[in-house]
Formats: sequence, structure tokens, C-alpha cells
Amino acid sequence: MSLLELKHVYKIYGDLHALDDVNLKVEKGEWVSIMGPSGSGKSTMMNIIGCMDKPSKGEVLLDGVDIAKESSKNLTLIRRDKIGLIFQQFHLVNYLSALENVMLAQYYHSVPDKEEAMQALERVGLADRARHLPSQLSGGEQQRVCVARALINYPEIILADEPTGNLDDKNEEIVVDLFHKLHAEGTTLIVVTHDPEVAEVAQRTVVLRHGKLEREVINENFTGTFQH
Amino acid sequence: MFLRMVRGTLFRQWKKMLMIAFTIALGASLCTAMLSVVLDVKDKVNQELKAYGANITVVPKQASILNDLYEVEGQSAGTVYLKEDELGNIKTIFWAFNIVDFAPFVNTEAILDDGSSVAVTGSWFHHHLSLPTGEELDAGMNSLRSWWDITAGEWIDEASMEETAVMIGDALAERTGLSAGDTIHLKGTEKEGNYWIAGVFNAGGDEDQQIFMQLNEAQALSGLDGCVNSIEVSALTTPDNELAVKAARDPSSLTIAQYETWYCTAYVSSICYQIQEVITDSVASAVRQVADSEGAILDKTQLLMILITILALVGSALGICNLVTASVMERSRELGLVKALGAYNRSVMSPVLTEILITAVVGGVAGFFAGIGFAQIIGHSVFNSSIAIRPMLIPIVTILVLLVTFAGCIPAFRTILKLEPTVVLHGG
Ligand SMILES: Nc1ncnc2c1ncn2[C@@H]1O[C@H](COP(=O)(O)OP(=O)(O)O)[C@@H](O)[C@H]1O
Ligand SMILES: [Mg+2]
Repeated sequence: MSLLELKHVYKIYGDLHALDDVNLKVEKGEWVSIMGPSGSGKSTMMNIIGCMDKPSKGEVLLDGVDIAKESSKNLTLIRRDKIGLIFQQFHLVNYLSALENVMLAQYYHSVPDKEEAMQALERVGLADRARHLPSQLSGGEQQRVCVARALINYPEIILADEPTGNLDDKNEEIVVDLFHKLHAEGTTLIVVTHDPEVAEVAQRTVVLRHGKLEREVINENFTGTFQH
Repeated sequence: MFLRMVRGTLFRQWKKMLMIAFTIALGASLCTAMLSVVLDVKDKVNQELKAYGANITVVPKQASILNDLYEVEGQSAGTVYLKEDELGNIKTIFWAFNIVDFAPFVNTEAILDDGSSVAVTGSWFHHHLSLPTGEELDAGMNSLRSWWDITAGEWIDEASMEETAVMIGDALAERTGLSAGDTIHLKGTEKEGNYWIAGVFNAGGDEDQQIFMQLNEAQALSGLDGCVNSIEVSALTTPDNELAVKAARDPSSLTIAQYETWYCTAYVSSICYQIQEVITDSVASAVRQVADSEGAILDKTQLLMILITILALVGSALGICNLVTASVMERSRELGLVKALGAYNRSVMSPVLTEILITAVVGGVAGFFAGIGFAQIIGHSVFNSSIAIRPMLIPIVTILVLLVTFAGCIPAFRTILKLEPTVVLHGG
């Protein structure tokens, strides 16, 4: 059984088909990129996979559970346990330190654990910035805090919606390296991006256009920088 | 973590929180002030009325029983009377010095020239008393009916006017076309004669149909020499307490010590009791008419103040509603993020609610003390006395402030419930 399976998924706003009969399977431990022009439905798809939105039609099976049929309370529960979210605009709470921002995710998941949060920051190379407020961090550093926050509760899937959209090349590289590391550790990654360079480091790229799945590309030369 | 979030918001949105605290303080202070005035003033005014205007009426025992049985006033007047020569005894009781004024009344009838009959009341007007104690007193209607509006002429003065001077009510004056200075012919059962109208009054009641004259003249009209239907007494009294209430029901139920205490305290009931001791076959009872009519005005004032309180609270609720909603809107991103991180609605709301509650407590406490200050200002400027603060105000104001705060938070919480992380975080 696939970790995630979308079957004939539609999302319709008025007469706009933001998603139009999308079918997709993602296996456990896979790294998938989703590409497509602006307005093609990438974020809509991420929201549905991320249990923040429901499809108008179709099935979304996560671990065999059809999340399209779940109550919003259960969706919250599933999201908190199985999904790690990374956004384009970092979305950190600006009066909490980097460490506290990571602990916030623990707080809503179970209980805050400072040690563990600190380890997560170490993994993204920000141990020395733990006490800094988001405003005292660079864009790249903020996004790394978000990565630490996304992985703190050991999610089954990390969903990243244009994680490098607001980053310069250098920081983009750091974040992509992090993804390699996470992938190597067995995390399932779904990364939405504009950027072909970011897309083609994944195992597989899915291209959306006008809400339809246009094509799928297997990256033959996928190596994984941090392969075992 | 929870506290960090609460603190973060309190600091970041301190201006808004200050506004919310101020709004709550305003509501709480008005509410405190109005309620403390409402709770205290009734007793205050009643106390004053009792202390200075307490009226006691004394009627013959049979008349009182008949009145009680048939609830017909004045019906038995023809049969039983008090004795005029015992009137002076009233100033000999234990609490004689508390009796500031009293007057006897005799009720009779006379026939006018046009054949119609008119009620005639005899009483005292500036009646000079030289008491055996050496006390000098001018007693009578002039002070017991000080609220009468004299529309023509003046009050009868026993010392300077003829005994045939009378006063007539303005309704009667209108009916007969007579006024002050005119002469009116009255025919009683035993005597008839011409009476000179010293004044016309407006009492705002049945008395406006009547003629008032000196006691002896009224007695002579109907051959009731030495007879008195009732006595009105104005006494300074101590406000009632439990003992007084118990004694008023049945003095014989008291222990000797209680009886002594009661008898030697100027309760209206003990004064009544003492009057009964010196006036043969009489029943003295406290009259609350004056206090009651003042009480009606007071009730209306209280109603007004309660309305102001309600409006103030509604106003605060609306103000809080605006501010809290704005505060939630301002951090919709943060709240949306927290939802995306897996927070249930109630976990999203609880820090917001905590902030508002902290703010409400600060505002409420400040408002409470400000309200106590307002109450004193109102007390001194309107009622000329300070307002006692009842302990029960604290729970009442607390509950009201909490209710208003929660009511004000409802729309903001609905906003939080409807908040979609997708809309907030991705902007569609
Ligand atoms: N809440 C919404 N209401 C109406 N239309 C929406 C909403 N969210 C997204 N859309 C529309 O759906 C389409 C896909 O949007 P989106 O998934 O955000 O695109 P992408 O992320 O690929 O740029 C767009 O045309 C967008 O305008
Ligand atoms: Mg998008």
C-alpha cells in the first residue's frame, strides 16, 4: 500500500477547476517534486494532502485512511501526527525565539521538550542561534528553523510549499542539502517548487497545468547526496 | 510555552489590551458606582425619612379593629373617640423629647348653603403648648402638613386669628367659587355659623374637598366636645432592627433584658407602645406613607440607575467585541499557523481568552476602585452622604465583568473557529 494515494481528486471553486481529476501515488520514503506554473493548483494540492482542505470530489488515502471523509477535528489530529509543513513565507511566531518556535509544534503535538527541540536545531545547523528571534535571523536561517519545526514530531510526510521561493542561491542550497539529509534518513518529502533546479534533485517530478497532472518525470540521475 | 504566548501578545498588543482594559474599567466603574448607590441609597433615604419624618397615628382601639376587619376607613368614627384632655400625656412618655410634633384630628360634616354636605376636620394650627416639663411647643397642622401648597391666603394661626378662621381645599374653593377672605356659612348638627376663609390649599388628595378648622370649633359644630378621632405624631426614631421587628409583633415575646433595651430605645414600635400606655384605649401604629411616596421616586431613580448600568455594560461589551476582534484579526496569521501546526480550536482560543481575562481582571479591579470613587461623588453631590460599599458588590461586579467580557469575545471566537490555515498561510 502506498503511503499517499490521490484518486480522481477535484477541487472546484465556482467554475474554476483548481484540481481536475488528479491521480497520484507516493510511496514511503519517496522524494517527489511538484512543479507547474503559478495558479496551476500546486498549493491547492498541498493543502489537501496537508489535511488543511478537503477535495470537492475524489479520495485522498493517507496510510489507507480517506482524509476527504474525516471531520475537521480528526484532520487536525492527523495533520499534527503525520504531516510536517514548510511554507514559502517562513511563518514563524515573531515574538518567540527559534527554539521556542520549534517547541511550539511540540506543544500542540504533545509536550515541549527543550532537549529534543535543541537537537532538531542542531540538525539544521542552527544550535548557536536558538535564542535568536526570527527578526534576528536571515531568510535562510528562518527557513531552516521551519524545517526543524516540521521534523520535530517525526512526521511521515514533510510537505514543503515553495520552500526556496524566498531564498537566495546559497540558502537554497543549504535547504536542499537538508532535504537530501532528511530523505537519506527515510523521510517522505513532497516539495512544491517553481525552480527546475530544486525539482530535479528529487526522485520524481510531477508537473501540474490548469489543475491537471500533465506529466511525470523520473529523475534518472537521482543520486541523493547523502546516500547510505 | 502557553504563558510565553500570552505574554508575547500582551506585550506586543499592549495598546489594544490597554484599550480593552480601559473599556472594561469604564463599564466596571459605572456598574460599581451605580450598584453601590442603588444598594445603599434606599436604606439611607429610609433612615433619614424615619429619623426626621416618622409618623405615628393614634386611633381608638375599636376603630382600629373595625378598620382592620372591614377595611373601611372612618366608618366607625361616630362611635368611639380618644379623649382630648389626654393629648398632653404624649409629652410625658419616656421618649417625650423625641416627639417633635403632634396634632389631634376630629372628623365631622357640615351642610353648605347649597344643601351639599362637606367634610370638616378640626385640628391644631400653631397650637401653643406649655408642658409641665417646662417645654414650650407650637404643634399642629402647619408643620405636619408642611407640603400643602397654599394657593390663596395663608395658614391659620391660632394665636392671631379669630376662632372662626378656616382653610378650604382648592377643589372645594373651585366648586363654591369662594376664596381667601370670603365668608362661608356652615351648618352642623349642633351649631351653625359664618366662618372666615383664611387660606386655600392644595394637598393633592381627598383633603382638597374638605374644610379644616380649629379643633374646638369642629367639635362644637357636631357636639363632640372633648372628642378626638385620631392623633398624628411626628417622632424622631431609631431605624428598626431585628429586636424592634420582633417587639413590634408582640412585646410580650421579649425577655426582660430585651424588653428593657427595646423600651429604652427610640424604635418607632416602642414609642407607639408608650403612647398606647398614656392614651386610653388607643392603638398607635407607624405610618409609612411619606416614606412610601419617597420610596416610589427612589424606586424610579434606582430603575434609571440600573438601566444606566445595563447600557454601560452593553456598551463595554460592544467595545470589547470590536477590540478583541481587531486583535484576533491582527494575528490571524499567527493563529492560522498554530492551527496548521495541529492546534485544536480550543487550544487556539485559550491563550487569547487568557489574555483577555488578564486584561479584564486588571481593568475590572481598576474600574471597581474608580467606581467606588464615583459612588462617593454621586453620594455627596446627589444624596449628601457617603455611600457604604457592600461586600456583595465584589461578586456581583466580578460576575458582570466576566459576562460582559465573554459576551464581547464571542464574535472574535467565531472568527477563530472559521479561520482557515490555508487562507491565512497561502493567501489562496
Ligand atoms: N479559496 C479559493 N477560492 C477561489 N479560488 C481559489 C482559492 N484558492 C485557490 N484558488 C484558485 O485556484 C487556482 C490554483 O491556485 P493555487 O493552488 O494556489 O496555485 P499555485 O499554488 O499553483 O500557484 C488559482 O487559479 C487560484 O486563483
Ligand atoms: Mg502556491
